[in-house]
Amino acid sequence: MQVDIKTTSVVQLRETFSHVARHLGSDKPASRYQEASLNLQSTANFHYRPLWEPERELYDVRRTQIEMKDWYAFKDPRQYYYGSYTIVRSRQQETMEKSLEFVDKRGLLRDLPQEIRNAVIFALVPMRHLEWGANLNNCFVTAYGYGTAITQATMFHGMDRLGLAQYLSRIGLLLDGNSGESLAHAKTLWMEHAAWQPLRRLMERMMICRDWFELFVKQNLVLDGLLHPLVFRQFEPRISAQHGPALSLLTEFMTTWFDESSRWVDATIKTAAAESPANAERLRGWIAESHSEIMEALGAYAAELFGEDAAGALAKVEATLEARLTKLGVGSTGKAS
Amino acid sequence: MNMPISGKPPKKLSLKENYALLTRGLGWETSYESMDKVFPQCDFEGIKIHDWDKWEDPFRLTMDAYWKYQGEKERKLYAIVDAFQQNNGQFNVSDARYINTLKLFLTGVSPLEYGAHRGFAMAGRNFKGAGASIAAQMQAIDELRHAQTQAHTISHYNKFFHGMHDPIHMFDRVWYLSVPKSYFEDAMTAGPFEFVTAISFSFEYVLTNLLFMPFMSGAAFNGDMATVTFGFSAQSDESRHMTLGLEVVKFILEQDPANLPIVQRWLDKWFWRGYRLLALVAMMMDYMLPKRVMSWSEAWGMYFEQNGGALFNDLARYGVRMPKYHDVAAKEKDRLSHETWGIFYNYTHAAGFHTWVPEEGEMKWLSEKYPATFDKHYRPRFEYWRDQQKKGERFYNKTLPMLCQTCQIPMGFTEPDDPTKICYRESHYRDNKFHFCSDGCKDIFDFEPEKYVQSWLPVHQVYQGNCFRPGTDPTAPGFDPLLEVLKYYNFNVGKDGGEYLDSEDKKHWEQWTGKPGVSI
Ligand SMILES: [Fe+2]
Ligand SMILES: [Fe+2]
Repeated sequence: MQVDIKTTSVVQLRETFSHVARHLGSDKPASRYQEASLNLQSTANFHYRPLWEPERELYDVRRTQIEMKDWYAFKDPRQYYYGSYTIVRSRQQETMEKSLEFVDKRGLLRDLPQEIRNAVIFALVPMRHLEWGANLNNCFVTAYGYGTAITQATMFHGMDRLGLAQYLSRIGLLLDGNSGESLAHAKTLWMEHAAWQPLRRLMERMMICRDWFELFVKQNLVLDGLLHPLVFRQFEPRISAQHGPALSLLTEFMTTWFDESSRWVDATIKTAAAESPANAERLRGWIAESHSEIMEALGAYAAELFGEDAAGALAKVEATLEARLTKLGVGSTGKAS
Repeated sequence: MNMPISGKPPKKLSLKENYALLTRGLGWETSYESMDKVFPQCDFEGIKIHDWDKWEDPFRLTMDAYWKYQGEKERKLYAIVDAFQQNNGQFNVSDARYINTLKLFLTGVSPLEYGAHRGFAMAGRNFKGAGASIAAQMQAIDELRHAQTQAHTISHYNKFFHGMHDPIHMFDRVWYLSVPKSYFEDAMTAGPFEFVTAISFSFEYVLTNLLFMPFMSGAAFNGDMATVTFGFSAQSDESRHMTLGLEVVKFILEQDPANLPIVQRWLDKWFWRGYRLLALVAMMMDYMLPKRVMSWSEAWGMYFEQNGGALFNDLARYGVRMPKYHDVAAKEKDRLSHETWGIFYNYTHAAGFHTWVPEEGEMKWLSEKYPATFDKHYRPRFEYWRDQQKKGERFYNKTLPMLCQTCQIPMGFTEPDDPTKICYRESHYRDNKFHFCSDGCKDIFDFEPEKYVQSWLPVHQVYQGNCFRPGTDPTAPGFDPLLEVLKYYNFNVGKDGGEYLDSEDKKHWEQWTGKPGVSI
């Protein structure tokens, strides 16, 4: 039964939830992003200590050395909550699907010279394992991090990494006629090839890191900030310049994704650094430590990809990251620009 | 890097092959760091897994397909939610009493969705097999979806009705919400295998119909199209989760015979834990829905005794038997909802939703559905309360009840074989006496006393002075402890709880919709 509401007599009692209003400072209309994120995680009166970590509460701010007065100071500039996130990605995957189909139909990767096919497999397909590691690392942050503002974004980011791992696998399948040979070969490279071992060791080291913010910084800021541009801004354009845009089409998702998610990674680091000099110092320490480790680990890999141009390619991505860090207030000079 | 990969024309992949290629081989056996360090929680529960590749992927969803399907579902869902809000759909429900089920849902269930989101992220990070990890992670993100779509949908109701303005704050503090909170935290603080057995199997697979059917069909019967929409949209995720639940248990049992006794104990524990939690749903079905769907007793008969019975028959080949105390649940099914509603009628002034004495027509329905118990044990009590209320002496219980140490429900349930006698059980542990509502709850405590002595029991906490806002001075003149506790809960005192007939919700409903309200 439809009811005629005497709308004039209706008085709206409040604009949003109290837990949202507390964050906004007063009861005022809130966005879907805000109602989906703010103060959504339990914070008090936990019943049992975890069997897997009896010295901590279920959710516990002490799982990182970063300290925040308000863990909801972190904001995702993309304003992603589940609905907005999946809607954006569903559009992007449509475009990617078309590219995959296009390249497949015309055999654009299959028909590349053997040598180039091998080079692409070497550079990109073992990276699926690295992306799987990135997935698990973001899953760790989602599981043990503090506050929905950051943990929901790492949930999305982690699933993105699974998506990337699978798109990289699809590139392998386009190259091997869906036989899976390239994937098996890539696994061997990942497990055994000398140029991949430093990266695998680095990833395994990260996978035992127990400070979730440290892991966030090392994975999402430093490693990604160096490796992704190296592969998708340096290596891929070299291939495409000589052999046509097939690979560009297939990595468009990755480059768009990297720019988009970097905005969120940067906002997160900036907020943590701006909170206190102690945080900024801590972040700088982690960045410095992983920066040199990662540059070292990338050496042999870059040499395989770029030959004698390796040093130049590495210098470029290093400079890009340094500029980014300076902007965020965690550069090696210690000053925000 | 010279292995020749032939550029042969592509063969067509089935969905299953495609999924396997894109997913199965992603993980690897770590060697620079030991697998035990990388996956430190995989062993401590005693579950033995020999071959993670035996995991049958129940979803077979790649990420691109996930984005595609879920993005499509969200587009549709939010279009309907937008339309609902524009059309003031909240005033089309059967009666404002119905809104109280949404208060219970948003404060008692939505936070569990959030807990499931985090708990499955934990499980996803801890499983060594990529297939199992991905299944858990997909559920983790789905559960975030449920928490968020529920907040977005019910947000609109919150603008016009009381009792649901601060759900997470209340979840962390309010006495009866410690029932769902402790249930879920119990699972999350256990290991990854117990967590998935508890939530994926015992809850999602065995008991979920008893949660979702009542709320979603209840919404449909009572004209709440917003809740129906998010409910059905979530249902398609739910069917994936149920498949996962069954796969989890079969996989663990097939891996090693030594896993059986551990799993059976978890099935016993989580059956009873889940069943006690559902007491809140039982009262909601029989008392809070102005238009009823079916009785708790009927639902239990259909969804647990029949469907659950068939399921456990199927699992018998693994050596699994029916959960312990399922016979007690059967004995209680004609009493559970009445006893629980009685408790809330007593303490509604300290609750975030309203209670009431059923109308005469509703009592008739209850008599029909519960011929053996209602008229004999419960109707006289409601009639007495109704008479008191007519005299202006609505009964509120001003003392605080004793709580069960395990399920944390006030000790108001009766002996399995005597509906007139309250059931008390106790255990001694480290010079203290602990109280339980049932043998089921006592067993759970006795097996892991170190865990359950930690229970944050709301009544104990009130008496210990831990449930006041910071800066409250209990020695100040005129100090009103109950009022101070309600402020600690952030209740709008007198609006969020109490008798429905005296409520602002009722007054607004009549003013705004012109519909007649209920009376006694
Ligand atoms: Fe859910
Ligand atoms: Fe109990």
